[in-house]
Amino acid sequence: MSRLTLSDVTVSYAERVAVAPFSDTIEEGEWLGVIGPNGAGKSSLLRSIAGLIDHGGSISVEGVRLDGLSDRERAKRVAYVPQEPLIPDDMTVTDYVLLGRTPYIGYWSSESKRDREVVAETLDRLRLADFAPRLLGALSGGERQRVVLARALAQQAPILLLDEPTSALDIGHQQQALELVTELRCTQSLTVISALHDLTLAGTYTDRLVMLDDGVVAASGAAVDVLTAERLGEVYNVCVTVEVDPDDGAVIVVPRRGFPVRPSDD
Amino acid sequence: MTDAAADVAARDRVWFVGGGIFLIIALVTGASIGPAGPDWWRVPLELLNRLPLVAIDSGVTEAQWNIVWKIRMPRVILGALVGGMLSIAGAGYQGVFRNPLVDPYLLGAASGAGLGATIAIVVRGGALNDWPVNPVPVIAFAFAVATVMTTYVVGAAFGGGRTGATLVLAGVAVVSFTSAMQTFVLRRNLDLINEVFEWILGSLAGATWGDVRLSAPYVVVCSIVLILHRRHLDVFRVGDDEAASLGVSVGRTRLVIVVAATLGTAAVVSVSGLIGFVGLVVPHVVRLVAGSRNKRVLPLSLMGGAAFLVLADVPGRILENPAETPIGVVTAFLGAPFFIYLLRTRRISG
Ligand SMILES: Nc1ncnc2c1ncn2[C@@H]1O[C@H](COP(=O)(O)OP(=O)(O)OP(=O)(O)O)[C@@H](O)[C@H]1O
Ligand SMILES: [Mg+2]
Repeated sequence: MSRLTLSDVTVSYAERVAVAPFSDTIEEGEWLGVIGPNGAGKSSLLRSIAGLIDHGGSISVEGVRLDGLSDRERAKRVAYVPQEPLIPDDMTVTDYVLLGRTPYIGYWSSESKRDREVVAETLDRLRLADFAPRLLGALSGGERQRVVLARALAQQAPILLLDEPTSALDIGHQQQALELVTELRCTQSLTVISALHDLTLAGTYTDRLVMLDDGVVAASGAAVDVLTAERLGEVYNVCVTVEVDPDDGAVIVVPRRGFPVRPSDD
Repeated sequence: MTDAAADVAARDRVWFVGGGIFLIIALVTGASIGPAGPDWWRVPLELLNRLPLVAIDSGVTEAQWNIVWKIRMPRVILGALVGGMLSIAGAGYQGVFRNPLVDPYLLGAASGAGLGATIAIVVRGGALNDWPVNPVPVIAFAFAVATVMTTYVVGAAFGGGRTGATLVLAGVAVVSFTSAMQTFVLRRNLDLINEVFEWILGSLAGATWGDVRLSAPYVVVCSIVLILHRRHLDVFRVGDDEAASLGVSVGRTRLVIVVAATLGTAAVVSVSGLIGFVGLVVPHVVRLVAGSRNKRVLPLSLMGGAAFLVLADVPGRILENPAETPIGVVTAFLGAPFFIYLLRTRRISG
C-alpha cells in the first residue's frame, strides 16, 4: 500500500542545485538510508518528499502523485521528523504528540478517544509514558527528540521520513529508537527513509543505502557495497577503516587518525 | 486514558464557567457604577427583576433605569465587545506569528484606522450635525482593512506566503507609512488635533446601542472563526514546515486567521478608538494561568478581555468625573508594567 516512487526529483535553491535528478523506488516496508556529508542534499530530498519545498520531477505513493493531494491527505500518507524541530517550550508532551493526529481531526471536531489512545500507545512504545504531563521546555535534548519521533509515529502514516532522528540520543536510546522503527516497519509495513550521520548505524538498520555527494548519487545499494573505505575517503574526505563482522555481516566504520585521502579543496 | 481525556474536558469546562462568571460579574459591576443613576446596589436587583419569571422590588425608578439602560449598558456592552475582540484577535495574531509580543495592531489595523479617523475628522470639520451618520467609524474601518490588506500584499509578495517574518516586517513598514501620513494630515489641520487625539486615546464614552449593533456582528463572526481554528493555532506553534507536514495548509490558514482577527479588530477600533495593551496582555495572562492550549486560550481571552475592559472603564468614570480619564490611558497604565515584566521573564521566540 505504500511503495514510494521518485522519478527525476530535483531540488534547487535560487541558483544552487541541492539535489540533481534523483530516481528511486522504495518498496513497502523497506528502509532506505540516505547518507552523505554536510550539505549533500539529504534534508532537501526528504523535505521535497514531505511536500515542504518545490521540486522538479514527480513523487508518488502507489501511483498517486503527492503534489496532487491536499496537505491533509498528504499528511495521512507521509510523516516527517525534521532535523531541527521547533519545540514550543510550554506545551505538554501529550499535547505535542497529539498534534500528530491533526490530519484526522476535522474542522468542527476535537480529538477523539481514538486519537488519545493512539497517543498513549505511542508514548508507551517509546517509553515516554512518564513524561506525558511534562512540558517540552523541561526535557533534555534527547528526550525531546524522542517526543518528536512519537509525534510522527502518532501520525500513523505509511511512509516515515526521519531527518537525523538520533543525533541527540545516547547509544542506548539510539538503539531503542531505531529498533522501534524496525519493529514498526515489520509489523505495520512502514516505509522508512532516513538521513543518518552515523554510518555504522545506517548500515546496520537500513535495508539499503544511498550516498549523496553534492546532490548527486555517489553510490547506492547494500551497506557492504556502499560503505567502502576508499569511497568514504573520497566523498567525506576522511580516513576510516571498514570492518565487516564475519558472523552477521554488519558493516562497522571506524574513524582513524591520519591524513585525509584527498586534500580539502571545497 | 479515557479518564485522563474526561479529566481534561472537565477542567476545560471549569475554566469556561469560571471565565463566564467573571465576565458576568464585570458586566454587572460596570452597569452598577457611574455618576448619576440609582444607588449601585440597586442595579443588580433591578437587572434580576428584569429577567423573566423574577420579580424583585429594587426601588429603581423608571428615570434611573433609563440612565442605566440607555447610557451605561451600551457602554458596558461595547466595552465587552471591544475588549473581547482585541484579546481574542491578539491571541490569534500571536499564535499565527509565533511571537508573544505581537498585538492585533501589528499589521496596521490601528494605524490605518487612525489615518482614516483623522481624515474623516478633517473632512467633517467641527460640523458633526451636517452628517446623517458619523463618518468617522465607517472611514476608520475602511482604512483599517485597506491598510492590513496592503501589508498582506506587500508581505506575501516578498515572503512567498509561508514566512510570517516578512509579513511582520511589511507591517512595520506600512504602519510607519500610514502614521507618517496621519501626522502630515494633522500638521495641516492643527485646530482639530484635540479631537483626533481624543479619538486615538480611545474611549467608550458616549457609546450607543447603535455602536453596539455596528460592531457586534463582526465580533461574533470573527470570534467564531478564530475559535474554530484553535487546533490550527496549536499546530502553528511547531513552525510552518512542520505544520505543513501535519496537514495544515499554512498560507491559507494563516490568511483566514489574519482576516478574521483583522476584520474584528477594525470593527471595534473604528467605534472605540485605539485602546492599547488589551490585545497584547490579556492572552498572556490567560496563558500564564490556564496553560497554552488554544482551546482554552481563545475563549478565555474573549471572556477575560471583555471583563478586563469593562472593569478598566470603571475608574475612568468615577476618578475624574465628569472630565473622564480615557480608557486607553487606564489600560496602558495597567498594561505597560506588565509588558515590561513580560520582556524580563519571557524569551522572545519566533
Ligand atoms: N533554504 C535554502 N536556501 C538556499 N540554500 C539551501 C537552503 N537549504 C539548503 N540549502 C543548500 O542546499 C544544500 C543541501 O542542503 P541540505 O540541507 O539538503 O544538506 P544535508 O545533506 O541535509 O546536510 P546536513 O548533513 O548538514 O544536514 C546545501 O549546500 C545548503 O547550503
Ligand atoms: Mg540535513
